[in-house]
Amino acid sequence: MTKSELIERLTARFPQLGAKDADVAVKMILDEMAASLARGHRIEIRGFGSFGINYRPPRVGRNPKSGDKVLVPEKYVPHFKAGKELRERVDRIE
Amino acid sequence: MPQSESWGGSFVPDESKTNGITLTKAELADLLFDRVGLNKREAKDMVEGFFEEIRNALERGEEVKLSGFGNFQLRDKPQRPGRNPKTGEEIPITARRVVTFHASQKLKTAVEQLSDGPSA
Repeated sequence: MTKSELIERLTARFPQLGAKDADVAVKMILDEMAASLARGHRIEIRGFGSFGINYRPPRVGRNPKSGDKVLVPEKYVPHFKAGKELRERVDRIE
Repeated sequence: MPQSESWGGSFVPDESKTNGITLTKAELADLLFDRVGLNKREAKDMVEGFFEEIRNALERGEEVKLSGFGNFQLRDKPQRPGRNPKTGEEIPITARRVVTFHASQKLKTAVEQLSDGPSA
């Protein structure tokens, strides 16, 4: 399912709303989620999962072509952990 | 792989450590109410529908690709040996299907820049 298919499904789910409402809502929800993570905040959606950021310390890596050592600076990376309901619904193996 | 336990050591910025700043469905619904002009009920239903449609797709076995944000993928994991950490007893971890999230390059870049300054 792509973003545009998600918008189509939500449009069908809420026929009483305006044609553009699902489109605007999906984009706004995703923008807000991304902006929250970029500020270093967490996202917690009960039954779906939580997003957060993890710290990666600086390290010495290597250029795979030349073999030269390069300093990879510290950084933060996004992280997702599925919630209980999502885990159970996805796992079809009893 | 103790991936699910890795939260304990994750980085929490001071701001959210003290204020518990966390985005939830309630804030997302408020945003749709304030900025899209949905009424309170519609805004709440839209946010719930958003996550429910993603769950439905994953439940059907479909991957979910949200360009600019990231992809939710499904991985089938075989059974592997496990252990009860309290008793040391060996218990097999059954085969299972799990969801993984891969942030888009855009989201990775936006989050990485947190390291440019502690006040970011």
